[in-house]
Amino acid sequence: MAEVIQGTRAFNPSTRAGIKFSDEALKTIEALMKRYPEGKHKSALLPVLHVAQAESDGWLSPEVMDYVAELMKLQSIEVYEVASFYSMYNLKPVGKCVLEVCRTSSCWTRGAEDVIDYIGKKLNIREGETSPDGMFTLKTVECLGACGGAPMLQCGAEYHENLTEAKIDSLIERYRSEGRRKSYTDLDYQNTK
Amino acid sequence: MGRKLLLTHDHVEGIQGYTAYRANGGYRSVEKALKKMTPDEVVEEVKKSGLRGRGGAGFPTGMKWSFLAKPDGVPRYLVCNADESEPGTFKDRYLMERIPHILIEGMITSSYALGANTSYIYIRGEYFYVARILENAIAEAYANGWLGKNILGTGYNLDLYVQVGGGAYICGEETALLESLEGKRGNPRIKPPFPAVAGLYGCPTVVNNVETIAAVVPIVNDGGDEYAKIGIGRSTGTKLISASGNINKPGVYEIELGVPVEEFIFSDEYCGGIANGKRMKACVPGGSSVPILPDYLVCKTAAGEDRLMTYESLSDGGFVSGSMLGSGGFIVYDEHQCIVRNTWNFSRFYHHESCGQCSPCREGTGWMERVLHRLEKGEGNMSDIDLLVDVAKKIEGNTICPLGDAAAWPVAAAIRHFRHEFEYHVLHPDKIKDPKHGHREPIMPVKPEPVTA
Repeated sequence: MAEVIQGTRAFNPSTRAGIKFSDEALKTIEALMKRYPEGKHKSALLPVLHVAQAESDGWLSPEVMDYVAELMKLQSIEVYEVASFYSMYNLKPVGKCVLEVCRTSSCWTRGAEDVIDYIGKKLNIREGETSPDGMFTLKTVECLGACGGAPMLQCGAEYHENLTEAKIDSLIERYRSEGRRKSYTDLDYQNTK
Repeated sequence: MGRKLLLTHDHVEGIQGYTAYRANGGYRSVEKALKKMTPDEVVEEVKKSGLRGRGGAGFPTGMKWSFLAKPDGVPRYLVCNADESEPGTFKDRYLMERIPHILIEGMITSSYALGANTSYIYIRGEYFYVARILENAIAEAYANGWLGKNILGTGYNLDLYVQVGGGAYICGEETALLESLEGKRGNPRIKPPFPAVAGLYGCPTVVNNVETIAAVVPIVNDGGDEYAKIGIGRSTGTKLISASGNINKPGVYEIELGVPVEEFIFSDEYCGGIANGKRMKACVPGGSSVPILPDYLVCKTAAGEDRLMTYESLSDGGFVSGSMLGSGGFIVYDEHQCIVRNTWNFSRFYHHESCGQCSPCREGTGWMERVLHRLEKGEGNMSDIDLLVDVAKKIEGNTICPLGDAAAWPVAAAIRHFRHEFEYHVLHPDKIKDPKHGHREPIMPVKPEPVTA
């Protein structure tokens, strides 16, 4: 019998039944792995995990990580240890919009704490929580390199700088009406300043 | 108005694209290097320029390049460190977003100098949209024959890729970056061997910051001697400074090294003075890792000389009364910012970002964060202040990578210059209960009386 340790399963392909990435994602993963010298395809693991996360509703379950390991011909543990090290990989389910508010010094001097309070009250959630409709997760993060536009937050690939209450209101409204999580391949890369 | 070398065409319309970049003199350095110079001659120009690493350490770039081992039959790699994560630093993002081709151009010229045929730009995961901008620029460079096989008919081949990270400050440390680029956790490696001997995949590797690589473009175009004419002493050339905090005009400024700090903060050309007509209380001149300076040591050194924006002048006085240029993450605090809360903020950052490999850092950063939080909440004791100094000392110098030092220095410096503010938190817990107590109870630095015999 397979051992169950803290929600992760021992390697057993049958438990992953039903997990499959889109053809486009699989093609992207294949292309990513070809960027490195022969036998060094493990280098692609970090970017591949971003693809995997976009394909799996924004988070990496043990099953998804096992699937990634199989795709990349790695041991599952190699994927787990990497996914748990970096802060951008979510190991628990998250809302359709993850609002990541920077709280480090420069943002703090310009009102990051007010931004966190305001979003929290507006959505009636605390740091780290997801709204009951599954739409928004409020996360605090460390410096995102936008100190000149403090206070700021990131959602997906978008940076939003020089935040005001009015800006946050319209942002939340727009995300609510868009209502969907953008995937790895259709993320727009233009800054939204 | 100082000379600009990197942001010269900052506001040219369409400079993000290949056509405008090329029309404004782009890719000249590649033509010059590949057609008229040997790789060693390019290295020689970089040495002559006196260029120092712009990521924070300030190590001479030409010297770093000359350390690169060149065993036969083993590939060499150039890796660009675009994992800009030092709090207060956002210059690389600005440069890559506005003028992505200058980095691509610098990568080609530098790779040629080092004899690398595959190069990587490792960019932090949060800069995803910037990675896309770079990928577009790389595609344009391939389409126009600047990358790929037999570049400009010279027989030189180069492939360039962008690698997106996963969100970890530690990956800005070069060996952690290489681990991460190999698809592993970002645990720094023990040195030696240095990356110049055994780096990416165990092959000789040079890791350079974005701004350093971009600076190779003007150095090759105009010559190393010309570049070295700018600046003062061993601080040559121009530097991108990320200015943030309580100033009127936050943003990225390209300065000639040697501009007085006072001019940088108060002139309209740069930061435009302190916001809302307030007074300056303190300044962190080189990113969160460097010691904080109280107002009276920002514009003047302890000896009363003007402090300049150079590696030497900013560190004048050592850690007693100086700081460092670091990455150029220039954060200014006004009289209403609480230094204890800011120090706690930094400590929380380092605790969050410690990779956990070395015990002094893994445990020590957590200790400092918790003790600082206790003081900030008004629940601390006088002995906590010395406890912090003690913990900081025990981290410093006892870890594999410099993150430990980076976590210890800001705490030690804050206590050195603002001890009275920490003591105030212990003595008046009732007055600091509100998280915004700095706005109500501004405590300015106290300049020590000169000691007379």
